[in-house]
Amino acid sequence: MRYSALQILKEGLTGNRGWKPVWREPDPKPHYDVVVVGGGGHGIATAYYLATAHGLTDVAVLEKSWLGSGNVGRNTTIIRSNYLLPGNEPFYELSMKLWEGLEQEINYNAMVSQRGIINLYHTDPQRDAAVRRGNAMILAGAGAVLLDREALRRRCPFLDFDNERFPIKGGLWQPRGGTVRHDAVVWGYARGADRRGVDVIQHCEVTGFDIRDGVCRGVETTRGAIGANKVAVCVAGSSSRVMARAGLRLPIESHVLQACVTEGLKPAVPGVITFGAGHFYVSQSDKGGLVFGGDIDGYNTYAQRGNLPTVEDVCEGGMALMPMIGRARVLRMWGGVVDMSMDGSPFIDRTPVTGLYFSGGWCYGGFKATPAGGYCLAHLVATGNSHPVAAAMRLDRFAAGAVIDEKGMGAQPNLH
Amino acid sequence: MIIDHPLLGPRDAAEFVYLGDARLIDRPDWQGENAARLFHDYLHVRDNPAGEHRELWFHEHGDRSWLVVTRNTLTHEIIRVELARDVALSLGRGR
Repeated sequence: MRYSALQILKEGLTGNRGWKPVWREPDPKPHYDVVVVGGGGHGIATAYYLATAHGLTDVAVLEKSWLGSGNVGRNTTIIRSNYLLPGNEPFYELSMKLWEGLEQEINYNAMVSQRGIINLYHTDPQRDAAVRRGNAMILAGAGAVLLDREALRRRCPFLDFDNERFPIKGGLWQPRGGTVRHDAVVWGYARGADRRGVDVIQHCEVTGFDIRDGVCRGVETTRGAIGANKVAVCVAGSSSRVMARAGLRLPIESHVLQACVTEGLKPAVPGVITFGAGHFYVSQSDKGGLVFGGDIDGYNTYAQRGNLPTVEDVCEGGMALMPMIGRARVLRMWGGVVDMSMDGSPFIDRTPVTGLYFSGGWCYGGFKATPAGGYCLAHLVATGNSHPVAAAMRLDRFAAGAVIDEKGMGAQPNLH
Repeated sequence: MIIDHPLLGPRDAAEFVYLGDARLIDRPDWQGENAARLFHDYLHVRDNPAGEHRELWFHEHGDRSWLVVTRNTLTHEIIRVELARDVALSLGRGR
C-alpha cells in the first residue's frame, strides 16, 4: 500500500480497516544470496539498497531482538555532514543527500527536519579551525556559514555569551543539518526492503559463522543454520563480540554514550547546538523535550547504561551554555553501547574471511551515517568494490598508516 | 563505580582516568623479528570482551598510581584491584 494524503482520507472514511502490517514476519529460508546480520539502521538500510540499487532481493536481515532495538532507537537523532577530512566528508555528504530524498524515496514520513546545526567557538584558534572545517565542507558541497557573535545572538539569544571560562565568539552553522525521527528510519527502510522481497527476521540471534577453508558460507542462528553466498555484519556496539565468532579481533572498544530528555517545553532551541568545549550538545524534539548529551563515559562496557558522574558533567555543561536549562526537569536518561574505533572513524570493508563483510566502528555518530552506510555496504557486497566515498574506511588502515583521525587523538578510543 | 584502591581504600571512579586493556603493560620487543606487526596489534587491536576485563586506571586526582582493575563490562561490578607495578613485577619486568 502506498501512503498518501488520499489514502489517509480514504481509510478515515472507511473505519481505518484497510491498513496492513508494515512488514511480513517470515520464517528463515535455508539459504539466501546475502544475509545481513543486525536489524538496526545500517543493517536494514543495507538490505534496502541491495534490493533497490543492485536488484538483489534474495536477502535476509537477522535481528537478535526486535527491529531497531539498538543504537538506532537510542541516539539523539542528529544528522549533519560537518566533517573535516577527505576520508570522511564526502561520505557524510552523500548521507546528507540521501536524507534529503529519503522520505520521497521510501514513501514514509521520517520527519527529516533540516533545522540546522551550530558548532560553537570560543577563541581565535577555534575560529580558525571552524573556518578551515567550513571550507572543507564547502569543497565537498555540504555548505557552511560562519556566524559571528551578533549573528549567533540573533538566532540563539538564550546562550551565555559572556561565560567567564568559555565566552561564545560565534559558531559554524550547517543549515542543512538537523534531526530525523530515528525509529521511523528503521521502519521505513524495513517496509521498503520487505516490499521488494527481503526477509526481515526478528528474534533470530547469530551464534556462529559457517567458515570453511577461509570462506564464509552462512551463519548459525538460534533458529537454525542459514546458508549464504555473502554475509554482511552491521552490529555496531557488539562488533567485537560478533566478529570474535568469526575468529577476528578488531581495532574497536565498546563504550557507553548517555543521553537525556527533559519534559516537553515551548519551542526555544531553534536547531542543534554543540558546545564541544563543555562536552554538551542539545536540540529540541518536536514534542518539545530538550534532547541533550555529551561525551562517552570512557571505559569499556556492554551495559546499556552509564554512571552518574558523566550525567553530572553533561548537565554542568548545559548550565554553563544556557542557564535557562536549569528550570527544565529531566524526564529520562539512557545509554547505548557504541563501537569506539582507534581513530574515531568507521569501517566499511571486506574481512580476511572471503564472503564476510563488515560495517562498524561508528563511534557516537552512526545514526547520521545510516543511509550512506547502508548504501556503501550494499555497493561493496554487490559489486565487490568499495564505494568511492567509503574507500578510506578500511579495516587494515592502521597497519597501512592511513588513519582517519578527525580529532588527532591517536589510538585512544575514549578520547575521540 | 567505586574502585577499592589497594593503598587508599574505596575511591570514586571519577577520580581516575581510564587507559584500557591491561595488556598494554606487555609492550612487545622492539628488536623482535616481527616487531612491526606486534606493535600494530599492541597499539590498535583489542579483545574487547563482554564480561571480565582487566584494565588500566590512573589515579589522576589522587596518588597518581596506575591500577589494574578487573571489572565486569556487563554489570560494572569491580572484582579485583591491584597496583599495576605489582602486576608488572609479577610478569618479570625489572621495575
